[in-house]
Amino acid sequence: MNISIYDFSTVTHYIDTGLRSAMSPGWAVFTELVIVGLVFLVFYALLGLFMVYAERKVCALMQNRLGPNRVGPVGIFQTIADLIKLLMKELIPIKNADKLLFNIAPFIVIIASFMAIAAIPFARGLHAIDFNIGIFYVIAVSSVGVVGILLAGWSSNSKYSLIGAMRSGAQVISYELSVGLSLLTIIVFAGTMQLSGIVESQANGWWIFKGHIPAVIAFIIFLIASTAETNRGPFDLAEAESELTAGFHTEYSGIKFAFFFLAEYMNMFIVASIAVTVFLGGWMPLHFGTESAFNHIMDFIPPVIWFFAKVFVVIYIMMWFKWTFPRLRIDQLLTLEWKYLLPVNLVNIVLVAFLTLFFQKQISNVQG
Amino acid sequence: MMQEEVIKNIILGEEEDYIVNVGPQHPSTHGVLRFEVSLQGETIKKVVPHCGYIHRGIEKMCERLTYQQIIHLTDRMDYLSAHMNNEAVCLCVEKALEVDIPARVTVIRAMIDELNRIASHQLWWSAMGMDMGALTTFFYGLRDREKILDIYEESFGTRLIQSVNTPGGLMNDIHPGFQRKVKEFITYFRKKLPEYDQLLTGNVIFRERTKNIASLSCTDAIQYGVTGPAGRASGFSCDVRKVDPYGAYPQVNFREILMTEGDTFARYKVRIAEMYESMKILEQLVDNIPEGDYSAKMKPVLRLPAGEYFQRMETARGELAVYIVSNGDKTPYRIKFRSPNFSNLFVISKLAPGYKIADLIAISGSLDLVIPDIDR
Repeated sequence: MNISIYDFSTVTHYIDTGLRSAMSPGWAVFTELVIVGLVFLVFYALLGLFMVYAERKVCALMQNRLGPNRVGPVGIFQTIADLIKLLMKELIPIKNADKLLFNIAPFIVIIASFMAIAAIPFARGLHAIDFNIGIFYVIAVSSVGVVGILLAGWSSNSKYSLIGAMRSGAQVISYELSVGLSLLTIIVFAGTMQLSGIVESQANGWWIFKGHIPAVIAFIIFLIASTAETNRGPFDLAEAESELTAGFHTEYSGIKFAFFFLAEYMNMFIVASIAVTVFLGGWMPLHFGTESAFNHIMDFIPPVIWFFAKVFVVIYIMMWFKWTFPRLRIDQLLTLEWKYLLPVNLVNIVLVAFLTLFFQKQISNVQG
Repeated sequence: MMQEEVIKNIILGEEEDYIVNVGPQHPSTHGVLRFEVSLQGETIKKVVPHCGYIHRGIEKMCERLTYQQIIHLTDRMDYLSAHMNNEAVCLCVEKALEVDIPARVTVIRAMIDELNRIASHQLWWSAMGMDMGALTTFFYGLRDREKILDIYEESFGTRLIQSVNTPGGLMNDIHPGFQRKVKEFITYFRKKLPEYDQLLTGNVIFRERTKNIASLSCTDAIQYGVTGPAGRASGFSCDVRKVDPYGAYPQVNFREILMTEGDTFARYKVRIAEMYESMKILEQLVDNIPEGDYSAKMKPVLRLPAGEYFQRMETARGELAVYIVSNGDKTPYRIKFRSPNFSNLFVISKLAPGYKIADLIAISGSLDLVIPDIDR
């Protein structure tokens, strides 16, 4: 099926040839790297601010409140005001903390999420890097974050922090298995680990529609496991403010605390974009059937908007979880993963393998 | 140094225990209370509650105050059942003086008691959900509690602490709109209470976290003196409204909620059921407020005849007993409060060991502790 979606690689090629004609190839690549880095940094910061604002509004919606409504129209500048406040706050040095690790930890957490964002395709040709092992890279990079959390908890020299960090370690390492296995389901379907390739494979229907029941199961498991991996409610045991005051970041203040906060929101964005890329067609528009007026209207909406709209739907669902459910206990959390999600996932993969083996033709031809 | 070692060895057992202080400043103790918890991993080995951080010496202060002044201290004990605390002192003084209280007063008092009980349970439900991580419950509970506070505000001008009781009756009459507002509240809350069940009671995670957690047997409940909803969840029939009726309670028809499981979920269910019972009592009384004075004729200075007087009351948290020793003066010689929370608190060191640290929060939430009532 031929969709005339704008290819952003023409823009990048234009910039690339422009730079190469002006300077030596080495400098051109260097300049491109700097530009891409800066663009992502700005994007990251703005998105973080927006996500905090969105969370507050969604939370207010769930709780019969108005949410921020004083700074700027409907409170849109509230998070900026909060950011300024956090920047000006004192960074309290902890007396018996391991200084080096204590200071490094927030950066490890934030760098992990920053690296993961590089592989996400926002539209055709609009991504920093397009690996042939894209999913593998994202899984690998996003698990670096837990190192930062563990270090933060350990180096604070606080009992609450240590318990929080230990919980987080157990939780993230367990749930990574489910995240990886549920993504594997779709990799088996799509036959590629390249994120852009997975999106292209959904041109004739999103995997959640054409992947039958295994894809739906994988999507649900991915949603649960990724919520757990980002340490968000109802799996926010690492923070658990009613038990451990603030868990692993109890001793952090000012902008270092804000880094943990920002990383949490960005991780949520990353897992939501992975969910969208893998299960919900990435930047592909919603299509029903083969040829209809509806499909043509959908094609007019730019792919970037499609991508972000889908991502925010997934994020909204994750926020909905957080503001509705009570927190799980640590043993229940591990029971859920090892006794329920993991076996279901393994069975699911075998099912998918059989499906692709015997019904390959039908699956790739199904119209979404 | 020596002293510290003694405390460590004797009070907390082995020195190598991983000890975490939950409190005195902790989001889920709801006040200045400290649990000294020794942990093995996440499992609790021992809990030692430390209270007294906000001890104000209310009993001692009462010895210098007249009976009319005392009630302004008692409502600062359990501020969520402030009216019931006041009523306990008033009933005790009235019993000592053998005053005939107008029927209007007893009915209004019972109504405010029940409103107070509902408001207290609403706040408990909100806080319990929040302790367990379901933050939204807090706003739902407080939204409904606001309606009761509005009723208080209209009639008495105060919201949290009513301070409307005085020995002999009430300080002022109820507002003409009182009955209408109570009826409105009941119709409103009958619709809203099932929402509580939908949001929290039926939730799988909540049930998993509370069922079969920290079961308290009836014998232990009696031995530890656990009263109120926490005691009744263990099958200990301790509702003073039934056991030793006072005020308007003999006239009304209601059920004492008894459960036998004694776990955290049972304590939760008892309180939810009590809100329905309280509404039932309110419905029976709201149209039957007799006409008459809002207070009996009392002397400006009350002197209790020399002797000992005792009165007990069912507050939202359990049995509150007032014991007054008078030597015929205008102030009591000695006054003693048996506060429900004090007894309910110490059972936690029996309940919590063997469970996880997250369960400790759920258990203390299900005991519904109000710290100023423990410390007095």
